[in-house]
Amino acid sequence: MASIADTGTLPRAAEFRTCPDTGLKIDLAAEKLIRWNAVVAVVFLAIGGFFGLLVALTRWPAVHLLPAEWFYLALTAHGADVLLFWVIFFEIAILYFASAVLLNSRLAAPRIAWLGFWLMLAGALLANVAVLQGESSVMFTSYVPMQAAPHFYLGLILFAVGALVAVAVFFGTLVIAKDEGTYEGSVPLVTFGAIAAAVIAVFTITSGAIILIPTFFWSVGIISHIDPVMYKVVWWGMGHSSQQINVSAHVAVWYAIAAMVLGAKPLSEKVSRFAFLMYILFLQIAAAHHLLVEPGISSEWKIFNTSYALYLAVLGSLIHGLSVPGAIEAAQRRRGFTKGVFEWLRKAPWGNPAFSGMFLSLVMFGFLGGISGVVLGSEQINLILHNTMYVPGHFHGTVVAGTTLAFMAITYLVVPLIFRREIMFKKVAQWQPYVFGLGVAGISLFMMGAGTLGVSRRHWDITFSDAPVAFDYPGTAFLMMGLNGVFGVLAALGGLMYIVVVVWSVFFGERRTEEKARSEPLLPQDGAAAVATYGSEGTLKLPGTITLVAVFFVAFVLYYFVNWKFLSEVWPLS
Amino acid sequence: MAIHPPEKRIWWNEPLERSEVTWITIAFIWGLVMFFTMVFWHFTGEQNLSNEAYRIHPETFAERTEAMADQYTVREEGDTGIPVVHPPPGSDVYMLARLWEWWPILELEEGKDYRLHLSSMDWQHGFSLQPENINIQVHPGYELVLTLTPEGVGEYWVVCNEFCGIGHHQMVGKIYVVEAK
Ligand code: HEM
Ligand SMILES: [Cu+2]
Ligand SMILES: [Cu+2]
Repeated sequence: MASIADTGTLPRAAEFRTCPDTGLKIDLAAEKLIRWNAVVAVVFLAIGGFFGLLVALTRWPAVHLLPAEWFYLALTAHGADVLLFWVIFFEIAILYFASAVLLNSRLAAPRIAWLGFWLMLAGALLANVAVLQGESSVMFTSYVPMQAAPHFYLGLILFAVGALVAVAVFFGTLVIAKDEGTYEGSVPLVTFGAIAAAVIAVFTITSGAIILIPTFFWSVGIISHIDPVMYKVVWWGMGHSSQQINVSAHVAVWYAIAAMVLGAKPLSEKVSRFAFLMYILFLQIAAAHHLLVEPGISSEWKIFNTSYALYLAVLGSLIHGLSVPGAIEAAQRRRGFTKGVFEWLRKAPWGNPAFSGMFLSLVMFGFLGGISGVVLGSEQINLILHNTMYVPGHFHGTVVAGTTLAFMAITYLVVPLIFRREIMFKKVAQWQPYVFGLGVAGISLFMMGAGTLGVSRRHWDITFSDAPVAFDYPGTAFLMMGLNGVFGVLAALGGLMYIVVVVWSVFFGERRTEEKARSEPLLPQDGAAAVATYGSEGTLKLPGTITLVAVFFVAFVLYYFVNWKFLSEVWPLS
Repeated sequence: MAIHPPEKRIWWNEPLERSEVTWITIAFIWGLVMFFTMVFWHFTGEQNLSNEAYRIHPETFAERTEAMADQYTVREEGDTGIPVVHPPPGSDVYMLARLWEWWPILELEEGKDYRLHLSSMDWQHGFSLQPENINIQVHPGYELVLTLTPEGVGEYWVVCNEFCGIGHHQMVGKIYVVEAK
């Protein structure tokens, strides 16, 4: 079969199975890695989600669940477990899927991939231990000069190195697939999106190492001083760019689900790939989003960096915002749902949680996370939003409503295809994206509302009951925080539904046999083909998508200028 | 259907969909509008964060703040006796952040300009002026100097909105705005 691959490892006699649902050739070693990374991801989501619930209940003024010390501990654990460990473990599973599985290739160096897995797991556990011991409640951002226990930083470093190893295996697999000619022409669009995510990951993890390694030495006393502004600049080189890994990955997931469930093809390959390319070229910057009100950084740098060089990366997302629903509309119209403007949308498979989760993720990422992100990241507007609840409101719109919901949605395909198990509790699964989506929409909106009224993020007591100077936020702010609590419970319930369905299906689910695959196909005939091939849909009339995009654009423009109006009303400063 | 052959190998030569081209153009122009709005605001807007900042030793900053307080304290407030300082309009005023207080309380005159100096003695803190909702990051070792013009007579509070340890939620300072004399 193969010659010695470029990675220098000996070709291994890979064992394959042929997927009865998609016809793809699946390397069993890759399959096992995908399973384990996904399972561990879900475990961290469960732990982190539980901490999220505790945090939301504490910030609900009428409940105020945890004592202060526990609150800051829980908030640190929540941030690390969901934002780093859940999301990145799942992304590694996606990388292996998009390379080995979609390209019909063997995985490069599975042993090294396992090494990466164990490093990540050890690092994640170590960081959790450090946080739970109580000496590392520094928030996952760990801004210096506040100091955590050394093994907190060490855990994050091990995790990052493990992730870097996994990314290397992904690139190695691409090389092998090309060498061994497992596919013809260019890689499928979904793989292309995964490549964008992986390239950004290399930049990101490197920044993380550059800052966390000296910070670790500082925590054990070898280095005496770390500059707090410099720390933030480099830390956010990791922190913000890593959000762009999430965006690339979940956009790839949107295309994958649209392709698998509906046989949707991108309107034009060229445009969609160009949009991913914009991510690769411009998303590395944008550390400035987090530095807009720091001392000692020039406005020129802030403006250039926060706008990703003239908003070219935002342009990438805006393009996907048309091409993903456009691809769905085109596929539906091809199926004959051509009545009126929206028949294609009404008759979409809303009972299929893979589809409903994907579509809700798309809409909420745009309307909640996307618009608020651009507003928050405008240099001067940041003055009226920085470090308020608006910030977590914004990113629960991106990384929870967007990324997390998209990853949940694709799980409903991964379980039957990769774990070869039927989805159990079908009714619960059907409702899950709606419950979780509604909950997350609520927390995102109400946190943003509270932030607009000034409420501080990462804050245990907004009544300031034992502060020497008495102060109260306005009554509406308390209402917002209460509603945030209510919707937080709903989001947690949606998360629990997901965990129960997935765990039950994976461990106790009915096996998906070949007969079953034949008698009850998971994907429409054109679905399986669409995800592994490429080619453009071509010209079609898409009145529905155009209407949706127009509504989005008007909302965006209005909301953007409203915030400049708000800014213009505060005390002049220069 | 084992391996799906690509449908059109030469995808990069396909014509573009018209609705896509239109949207890309609109979105690109919108990006330019948003970019230049930020630039434009530096010339016409009244709310821009100053770029004036210095490296400073926390002790030096504390000395300057105390010197101001010694000279212009008008009264003391609260159980801890925090000084309320009324410096002359147009002057340099200082507020320091430390675990877990903003010191001292300032009394400023409406409509007058002040050069406000901010720095931290220990960890990072967040200057969050309420209910105006102006938020500025405060670092140890850096002194940020900005010109501020209070509007509206009344009481204002400075909440700390950067997590700074277990007393973070007790860290509240105060600014009074009084009528100009
Ligand atoms: C059960 C669902 C969830 C609930 C109820 C929830 C709720 C919250 C709340 C109330 C905060 C605190 C804001 C503050 O006090 O500053 C928070 C912070 C945060 N959440 Fe969530 N969240 C959930 C899921 C998630 C998920 C899935 C992610 C990531 C994928 C996430 C990422 C974060 C991050 C990064 C923070 C900031 C932590 C920090 O300030 O250090 N959350 N969440
Ligand atoms: Cu503070
Ligand atoms: Cu604080």
